[in-house]
Amino acid sequence: MTAPQHPQPAAPQAPAFAPEAPQWTGGYLSPIPVRKATLADALASEWTKIRSLRSTMWTLGVMVALVFGIGCAIAAAATAVDDNGGGGKDMSALSFGVFGVLLGVICVITLGVLTISSEFGTGMIRTTLTACPNRARVLTAKAIVFFLLVFTITLVSTTLVGMVAESMLQGQWTDRTTGEMWLRATVGVSLFVALIGLLALAVGTIVRHSAGAITAMLGLMLLPLVMTMFMYASALSEVRKFLLQYSIPYELFVLFASGTDGPDSSGPTGWDPVWIMMGVVAVALGGAYAALMKRDA
Amino acid sequence: MIEAVGLTKRYGAKTAVHNLSFQVRPGTVTGFLGPNGSGKSTTMRMILGLDVPTSGSVTIGGYPFAKLPNAPRQVGALLDAKAVHGGRSARLHLLSLAQLAGLPARRVDEVLGVVGLQDVARKRSKGFSLGMGQRLGIAAALLGDPQVLLFDEPVNGLDPEGILWVRNLMKQLAAEGRTVFVSSHLMSEMALTAEHLIVIGRGQLLADMTVKDFISANSADFARVRTADTEPEGREKLTAALVEAGGQVLAEPGGALRVTGVPLPRISDLAHDADVRLWELSPHQASLEEAYMRMTQGAVDYRSTADQRAGLMQADPYAQGYGYGATPPQGQGWGQPAQGWGQPGQGWGQPAPGNPYPTLTGEQPNPYAPPQPAQAPAAPPAGPSAPAAPAGAPATAPADLTKRDSEDAR
Repeated sequence: MTAPQHPQPAAPQAPAFAPEAPQWTGGYLSPIPVRKATLADALASEWTKIRSLRSTMWTLGVMVALVFGIGCAIAAAATAVDDNGGGGKDMSALSFGVFGVLLGVICVITLGVLTISSEFGTGMIRTTLTACPNRARVLTAKAIVFFLLVFTITLVSTTLVGMVAESMLQGQWTDRTTGEMWLRATVGVSLFVALIGLLALAVGTIVRHSAGAITAMLGLMLLPLVMTMFMYASALSEVRKFLLQYSIPYELFVLFASGTDGPDSSGPTGWDPVWIMMGVVAVALGGAYAALMKRDA
Repeated sequence: MIEAVGLTKRYGAKTAVHNLSFQVRPGTVTGFLGPNGSGKSTTMRMILGLDVPTSGSVTIGGYPFAKLPNAPRQVGALLDAKAVHGGRSARLHLLSLAQLAGLPARRVDEVLGVVGLQDVARKRSKGFSLGMGQRLGIAAALLGDPQVLLFDEPVNGLDPEGILWVRNLMKQLAAEGRTVFVSSHLMSEMALTAEHLIVIGRGQLLADMTVKDFISANSADFARVRTADTEPEGREKLTAALVEAGGQVLAEPGGALRVTGVPLPRISDLAHDADVRLWELSPHQASLEEAYMRMTQGAVDYRSTADQRAGLMQADPYAQGYGYGATPPQGQGWGQPAQGWGQPGQGWGQPAPGNPYPTLTGEQPNPYAPPQPAQAPAAPPAGPSAPAAPAGAPATAPADLTKRDSEDAR
């Protein structure tokens, strides 16, 4: 032991145990002062974990590259066409960011699942839960750290893309952009993407298997939209409309492009996608907490 | 202090741990032994609150692990050296655990120094050897400077220096008044490290006693007696005298006799009275390994057998000599020099088809051992599967020796 072993008066620690555990006699008392671990400690730990992995750097790097690169490329393509009349009145220069974000979401899903499923896969979760038996605290810390990380990165990249697109399309689309649109296309989109990340985290906690959870999340994101492509029968038109309007890509587009007074007000408009996703995440996280607390690690 | 009361864990129809009650006391190293699949790791996981017992409970210092105040400062554990994310550096792995436990970051460098991983602290643990992984796991267990320590197979993969270090570390930790609970399959290591033993088999408690008691309770210590080779009839005379005096005598390969039930001075007296010259009269203290093998012989789930290679082998005139033949000419126990006790060089490495630790005649049989039909010494033709008794000791033939192949409980 390199820990300082000089006999230090055990007075500061003693009251913590003595009244509760009188049978704890003749044991060993550590010279390192005992401090109750809190959620803040768990947050610091999760931040260390997430920043210490190359997969985090790669996934988020690819995500930023996709959001920024594709957003700028499409905005640049739009400059070639003087198309001020098209696109509907809800469109703004900001809405060109949707394509990059759509691909970026895939990175967020992957990282969200891996944040917890890699711990299950390696057995690290047992080490973690030995160091912190409060399982709810572990999951809460993971959720908060991951949410804030994704939110920040999405916010930065969507803001950058928005600014680039606005300046590129000066005079074509920019006159329509309102402050509320800006807020929705940056903060709103970032909230939505970070919530999808939380959903992935929850699914990863429940499924515990990286490949399975990522597949489930990608299916959830893409299948509804793919299914609508083949629903020609008129009897299915209502189903088709529902699937389309509540699919993740469509909701993302709503955040970028739809005004609250849009022509197609039957589906979600304005900030609705964020609230819907919040509800879904709440249910999924509830399931994740229940699963983590109840199951053997 | 770890205390388990009626601890039971079932996975569906399989009972991994059944009604296990024991105490692990502070100040000593307690060894936790059992064959593969006997429930050691499950028990350790239940102690740490990772698995919830189906019934019963286990407490540390009076608390279930999950309710323990400042748990990481009271309990440290190494469950699996591979239970780290390989993409993370050793230092950041430990740092994340230290932060989770509310420990200062410099504690990480301290434990890295203790386990000797300073030089690779910034390397990703993916590239670590098993021994380095064990050191990292031990570092994680020591992080909180806890008073209860659990180690599951800590010496696996360690080099000799590391094994010595772990042994001394365990002893030192216990000497500081901590509770140290170590599982291992290395009996020789356990004999040197642990003072107390908890042995389980098929999820049930087989023994909870000191190492010394365990060895003497589970192995008949015996005397090796060798009569003068120049007087062959002396052997029979002495055997008769010893049996008359209530002892059990077994012939060892090489002509020596293995005597139990008669103290050494009495053997000498009997030899003197029978006018038999002795060339050797030595006490034999059984090792922990022998005692363990005898105790758990009936509780082994996964038993190796000799590789028959029957369909692949061409007719080999020497096959019988190596024990590969379908019907060995002799019993497979002590009588056959290649596979018994008498040949230290060959006993352990090879999966001997015969049980090298048979229950001695007259000995209290292990309650978990499979039934051994031929306990009585006077039953040489015990059954069709006991074709021959070891040469030289027909009166005390341990006829059960050859039964092992057919009566494997599973």
